[in-house]
Amino acid sequence: MTTSIGYEPRRLIARADALPAQVVDILNFALTLEYLEAEFYTRGLAAAGLIPANLRDVFDQIRKHEVAHVAFLQGALGSAAVVKPTFDFSGGGGSNSGPFADVFTNPQTFMALAQAFEDTGVRAYKGQAANLMGHHDVLLAALRIHSVEARHASQVRRLRGQKSWITRSEPGNLPEAAAGTYKGEGNTFQFILGQPDSNTTAQTEGFDETLTMGQVLAIVKPFIVGDR
Amino acid sequence: MTSSLSSRLQRLGAMSAPPADETGLGTPWGRGSSRREFLKLAAAGAAALGLTTTMSGCVIAAAGTRKLDFRDDFGILNFAYALETLEARFYRKVCEAPPRDLRPGELLVLQDIRDHELAHARFLKRSLQILRVEVPAPIWPGIDFTSRQSVLTTARAFEDLGVAGYNGAGPRIRLAEFLTIAGKIVSVEARHAAAIRDLLNPNSRDFAGDDVVDATGMEQALEPGQVLAQAQKYFAEPYHAVGL
Repeated sequence: MTTSIGYEPRRLIARADALPAQVVDILNFALTLEYLEAEFYTRGLAAAGLIPANLRDVFDQIRKHEVAHVAFLQGALGSAAVVKPTFDFSGGGGSNSGPFADVFTNPQTFMALAQAFEDTGVRAYKGQAANLMGHHDVLLAALRIHSVEARHASQVRRLRGQKSWITRSEPGNLPEAAAGTYKGEGNTFQFILGQPDSNTTAQTEGFDETLTMGQVLAIVKPFIVGDR
Repeated sequence: MTSSLSSRLQRLGAMSAPPADETGLGTPWGRGSSRREFLKLAAAGAAALGLTTTMSGCVIAAAGTRKLDFRDDFGILNFAYALETLEARFYRKVCEAPPRDLRPGELLVLQDIRDHELAHARFLKRSLQILRVEVPAPIWPGIDFTSRQSVLTTARAFEDLGVAGYNGAGPRIRLAEFLTIAGKIVSVEARHAAAIRDLLNPNSRDFAGDDVVDATGMEQALEPGQVLAQAQKYFAEPYHAVGL
């Protein structure tokens, strides 16, 4: 179709040592989320009878991307990369008996969590973009990952019978435990002359909102063992 | 410099808070514009212009040359405004007389996307005010608006191009707030792209296909000049990009 900007991951890797601590922290934050997603889809696809045959291509494509994101970020960070945590996808903080205990046996639970992880991931990357200004290659990489996460979110939402986009702060038929993922999505004020649009539904759907690093870490905390 | 631009624009906005524009594509101060409002806006604009050289380039462009100066954020915002306006016009035309062979539920998706693109265009229009470069009239070469396949493949091309364009322009943005807002918009464009692709080839890998996402899991990014080159055929008059 078109030629993309010549982007060489090695350029980023070569410069990782010179990156300021805040950028390293952001990349490790991203890596943690990508570890979570990559393991989630890898385990989901390996769970017998979980993902219907007609949906395996979709989830394998997502898995492929998340695994690639992990590899990219690990390569970029080098020895500064955080070690992969142990995950509890039941959301029980290590008890394996959290609210999503049937995540790898019940397709509905698996897809609900997939939606929550993807929608959270989109907001997480978006929230850090401004903190990466001035680091051209890192910012460009983050933006290019960000839109892929949004494609994933769109697809998973469709599979769940939801709109691809987020209306107001509606949790999209997710359990109460996932409400944090959509907190603030109903914002209708945008910077400068951003008065609420005459069509507020389109305004909330048409603009995805950010989450801070702290908000994201609070959302994923129940899924990380030893980090309760 | 950029922060003084933003504060000036905020004041400018406070002076001329535009009424809601239901059409989305009317004048920046709404349909019920009055001479008094216009003069107030123009006066504020002139005051703003005297202060920076970066702004003047855009206004010269607004006078008719359709120049997009990518040396400042307003060139990028006008670039985004052009793409969003193009998309909004496309989906509006589609939804006015939808292809008869659309499948159940597909029109709702297209109507939602139309509303989002209108919201994007309206937002950018309000933000740019006097710095806005008018978008040329649209032309639709090779698009068959009676055909589901033609409409959806065109929509796919627009959405993929939009995402790649925002991705490529992002690192050029100087004002943090603009970068964040570009991020708020681009992820919705990516949601659109994935949804349209799923309509065309349901439950396949196409929603985030290998044609747009590379082996490192990254979506394509295009420089503004590359995007304009692809989008130009949909505009009746040419854009001139400078500062790339």
